[in-house]
Amino acid sequence: MRYLFKGGLVLDPKTRLEKEWDVRVAGGKITELGPHLEPEADGEELVDVSGKIVAPGFIDAHVHLREPGDEVHETIRTGCLAAVAGGFTAVCAMPNTLPCADNEAVIEYVIKRAKDAGLARVYPIGAITKGRQGKEIAEMGALYQAGAVAVSDDGNPVENSEVMRRALEYTQIFGIPVIAHCEDKGLSADGLMHEGAWATVLGLRGIPAQAEEAMVARDLLLAQLTGGRLHLAHLSTAGSVALLRFAREQGIKVTAEATPHHLLLTDEAVQGYDTNTKVNPPLRSKEDVQAIRAAVREGLIQCVASDHAPWAQEDKEQEYHRAPSGIAGLETAVPIVWDTLVVKEKMKPMELIARWTTGPAQVLNLDKGYLAVGIDADLTVIDPHLNKKVEAESFYSLGKNTPVNGRSFQGWPVLTVVEGKIVMRDGKVKEDIN
Amino acid sequence: MRIKAKDLIGMDQLDREQIGLILQTAKEMKTILKRDIKKVPTLRGKSVVTLFFEPSTRTRTSFELAAKYMSADLVNINTSVSSVVKGESLKDTGKTLEAMGVDIVVIRHSMAGAPQVLGGYLKARVINAGDGFHQHPTQALLDMMTIQERLGGFEGLKVAIVGDILHSRVARSNLFGLTTMGAEVTFCGPPTLMPPGLERPGVNVTYDMDEAVAEADVVMMLRIQLERQKAGYFPSIREYSRCYGLNKQRLALAKKDCLVLHPGPINRGVEMAGEVADSLQSCINEQVTNGVAVRMALLYLMLEQKEE
Repeated sequence: MRYLFKGGLVLDPKTRLEKEWDVRVAGGKITELGPHLEPEADGEELVDVSGKIVAPGFIDAHVHLREPGDEVHETIRTGCLAAVAGGFTAVCAMPNTLPCADNEAVIEYVIKRAKDAGLARVYPIGAITKGRQGKEIAEMGALYQAGAVAVSDDGNPVENSEVMRRALEYTQIFGIPVIAHCEDKGLSADGLMHEGAWATVLGLRGIPAQAEEAMVARDLLLAQLTGGRLHLAHLSTAGSVALLRFAREQGIKVTAEATPHHLLLTDEAVQGYDTNTKVNPPLRSKEDVQAIRAAVREGLIQCVASDHAPWAQEDKEQEYHRAPSGIAGLETAVPIVWDTLVVKEKMKPMELIARWTTGPAQVLNLDKGYLAVGIDADLTVIDPHLNKKVEAESFYSLGKNTPVNGRSFQGWPVLTVVEGKIVMRDGKVKEDIN
Repeated sequence: MRIKAKDLIGMDQLDREQIGLILQTAKEMKTILKRDIKKVPTLRGKSVVTLFFEPSTRTRTSFELAAKYMSADLVNINTSVSSVVKGESLKDTGKTLEAMGVDIVVIRHSMAGAPQVLGGYLKARVINAGDGFHQHPTQALLDMMTIQERLGGFEGLKVAIVGDILHSRVARSNLFGLTTMGAEVTFCGPPTLMPPGLERPGVNVTYDMDEAVAEADVVMMLRIQLERQKAGYFPSIREYSRCYGLNKQRLALAKKDCLVLHPGPINRGVEMAGEVADSLQSCINEQVTNGVAVRMALLYLMLEQKEE
């Protein structure tokens, strides 16, 4: 298929390109990029994107696709449907599956299943330690050669500092980052939500901000000790932002991500015990949300990542204590963040797009997230004026667990192009692509 | 007038007028309890289910007697032998009760929020009989009834609530109820058992029991669960008792006729000296009686009154 995307505002954070240009796509590649391209007569579809923003394909650096093992919650195929529906051309799959991705077989399986689905690109992340137990480091060489772009025990911290030190050293052979889930389990204990006045009123055990910050501080020090590359997953507190800033000033090699839910919601949302608000790290205070927003605007946090964590309905329809943590975020990530940061806080679209393109590409060493003639045609087109209500029931993801069901947001992806194919148009995923 | 919300989950749902109505109705119900034949036909044909996911003797018995004195049909569901043990979810338990045509469900659960979640699945009304560390509204109402009976009202009263505030649903319910009615609440306990964010107008927090008790009109002691010591919240029962136990000397710091309340069961000699529990200032037995009256009033107000 050949397409000419005409009349849009082309934004490319890498080259700072911001022009009303047209994009021609053929044979899976971008073949032409420039002003006033003339439509070709035969076999090329003209796609009118006037009034819309054409960006490099968005990359979500943190998703849980649940396969293998937990296919009742999501499969690689449904996860990829959700990804392209949400405007993502690539996602990075966390290794906490059953069995977990601590060996090349699981990495190869994930890559194969993603290829079969033929929707978004899937970059698997391997485990830091065998069985994600935090005891012995996994065979990272095998993981890397099989295609893992990073290692993480996400869901668990690596509690033993010595093991984390070795991981930050050993990954330097391959130049891949260690993605840290920062949580001091002794402090977070049996906590269910952010520790503060709302936890007190609701009678739910609190998780202090310091449970995250203590581990962020330790991991930053280990990154300093080893010179390894540390990426901090789902930062949620003002204290973590302060520590990150300090580390940058010290020249420590560290990157970070924030999730849409931590940018939008505070612990007040837990009122009513909606288990869709249960997430780890928990929704934090107003001050924390402000600090995370400021850090994303400024670029101190260079990625926005959904931490897409789908769960079957019956698992979430339980007492708050029993329900698992997580939010199915792929299909709401872009509108939540666009509305919160661009519409309400006047962040420049170019800057926000960078958090989903050049940001994650740099963290994960991906030759993606920019526009140029001759490269794979991965594009995300945003309608910055479209105002739409979230309808969880119509998610492509098997997980309908979202705390923003029924809420309206402005700024939605309307086209997703992966390797020159339109895989999503106006929110509908094309399952019959040539 | 009636109880506005479908479910009674917490004291923060009730305004001054609603609390006044419940206490006034409870006062009338108490006259029934004083009779020789304690039975009125008011709730004949109504069904009440008590669904207790946590062991409880006094609250459950109190609800049961309240329902029976009012002639409602009552069923106790013992969750340790019911389908709940077989893994049935709260949602399905609720749907089953609904299908059986239950009018009111009284639920006790170890997890905060469970009554509210159950209420969302049911057309029947739900009364929270205690959920985790969240709330226990009928306990607060019976405490308030006792205070009103003895002291005539709430405006300007100084109430000290002492003990394990962190894990106490009784403390949270009383916080909302008492402050709504104009009393001033002082929470007291060790910092390890004090949740954050309690301070607000009319609410004080102190770790010093003498300060909390000084000039108090009411001292409400909370039960300390002895397991908390093993979890590391305080070094020993002896030390806890020394710092936060109510004895005669401490009570002397309060106003002369200061009331002593306790939701029971008491750890004698731990949070309260036996001689204080048995003193004339102690309202502990009165609280139990008022518990039945308050629950009769709530069942009446939530079942008998028609939609406006």
